[in-house]
Amino acid sequence: MAEALTDADIRKIAKLSRLSLPDSQVGPVRSQLSSILGHIAKLQAVPVEGVEPMAHPLRIVNRLDNDEPKPTMPVEALLRNAPAVEDRYLAVPKVLGDGGGA
Amino acid sequence: MTRPLAELCGDVRAGRATARSRVEAYLAAIAAREPEIHAFNEVHADAARAQADAVDAAVRAGRDPGPLAGAVLAIKDNIVMREGRTTCSSRMLAEYRSPFDATVIEMLRAAGAVFIGKTNLDEFAMGSSTENSAFGATRNPHDTARVPGGSSGGSAAAVAAGFCDASLGSDTGGSIRQPAALCGCVGFKPTYGRVSRYGLVAFGSSLDQIGPFARSVEDAALVYDSLAGRDPSDATTADVEHEPLASKVREPLSRLRVGVPREYRSAANAPAVAAALDRAIAAAKAFGAEIVDVELPLTDLGISTYYVIAPAEASSNLARYDGIRYGHRAKLAPGEDLEMLYSKSRAEGFGPEVQRRILLGTYVLSSGYYDAYYKRALQVRRLIKEEFDRAFERCDVILGPTSPIPAFPIGGMKDPLSMYLCDVYTVNTNIAGIPGISINAGYAEEGGSRLPVGIQLQSRAFDEETLLRAAGMFERALA
Repeated sequence: MAEALTDADIRKIAKLSRLSLPDSQVGPVRSQLSSILGHIAKLQAVPVEGVEPMAHPLRIVNRLDNDEPKPTMPVEALLRNAPAVEDRYLAVPKVLGDGGGA
Repeated sequence: MTRPLAELCGDVRAGRATARSRVEAYLAAIAAREPEIHAFNEVHADAARAQADAVDAAVRAGRDPGPLAGAVLAIKDNIVMREGRTTCSSRMLAEYRSPFDATVIEMLRAAGAVFIGKTNLDEFAMGSSTENSAFGATRNPHDTARVPGGSSGGSAAAVAAGFCDASLGSDTGGSIRQPAALCGCVGFKPTYGRVSRYGLVAFGSSLDQIGPFARSVEDAALVYDSLAGRDPSDATTADVEHEPLASKVREPLSRLRVGVPREYRSAANAPAVAAALDRAIAAAKAFGAEIVDVELPLTDLGISTYYVIAPAEASSNLARYDGIRYGHRAKLAPGEDLEMLYSKSRAEGFGPEVQRRILLGTYVLSSGYYDAYYKRALQVRRLIKEEFDRAFERCDVILGPTSPIPAFPIGGMKDPLSMYLCDVYTVNTNIAGIPGISINAGYAEEGGSRLPVGIQLQSRAFDEETLLRAAGMFERALA
């Protein structure tokens, strides 16, 4: 549990987070996260056996609303914030390689 | 002392004053002092004038614009509205224009309020100083070399500097109450589920709650009365009746039991903070309250619990910023693919604190660490809530400091962890989902400045009436 974070850990977390992290930042980020995780390690000392995890402060479950259609937002209004648009679609870089195989 | 907001709005409703003249007065105050404070990301002068003119026209036509007629409000820039941009003080959303109003904005419009602008915050509400803004720090109106607190520092500074009647903030771990304490105004976080989060840019969805900043408890209650209620667009709003509270704040409670946890009398409290707490306890005794010793032994573990849960939820919520549908998109070099578009856009769009929290949240949720960190934090969360439940069997409100220290110098808190530790008295309120309010309880004399010091009251979930009436009693006693 208290094993130290390595540079490889930081690179892996950055990849999972979809954040490109320059090499120069790996060390500083490792030491900041280590210091925060060192503080968080206090949680390990709390006896929690049999305690039900509490994901949410409210006890509401499955609130049902009437199934009433409402007007949707106009596509033009939604596309106004898009960084790249072609016709009425969001434009993205090519997803599949030239080989055409997915 | 400024008159109560209900009276000021009453003058507008009765035609004795105009909303337009109120807007002009605030715009003049902003013109005079905003350059040194930087409370706002955008001032919406023309939109505010137009809204005010509509309020005045309604009055002339014999219609009542509502309880907040002509109330001039500033809105934290992570709450969406049709006017201007909603940036979250992030490069990621620097040009984002919302196609819709948050539910709270719709409700305030319907009550006759006028919106004067969007206030600065720590990027995506992550921080306690409003220094983590992509557009520059906000400065404390009581000493411009110091921070206003955060993350809703712009909203707190706007009220303290006299730029508006009241403002909205959001509170995930203290982001309304702590800046209210540091700026010397009232900051109120309602019970989780009282106020709709629809249109609040999500940070920690099980912790976030919108609430008001105001000059007085009564003013905060007046704004809150127009915010509370179940919202079909937010399934986490509670189906609990809300009775208007503004008119009740002046009614004292008899036999109020005030719990003071021994853990809140920490040696780490600054002397002026300890003194303010003592003064509040003496005031409570003087107005006839019973002071009850209560125990909240998990107080110290709140930070550890919070800095697992909040980053975990943030890492998930902020996954939506991928440079595709909205927000910053990086320019790709030849040969770079979609995956690179995501990682570059996010690395360029998010500042260091946001990236730190995404990384931390991703780590605690990742395979092999989930049980040790995230699940365990959720278990401790329940223990913290049960600890409050036990304390509230013996008292009606819990009294303590809002922040262990008054406003600190800009740039004075270098290490992220030491900044996190300042949230010790506020995070557990969100962890348990209960309401909390900070009011001014005195000043600290530091380096020739007079810095406000706040005290916090917390109450049982959905018992805002006790909380606000008790806060009113403390406010009158400490004035």
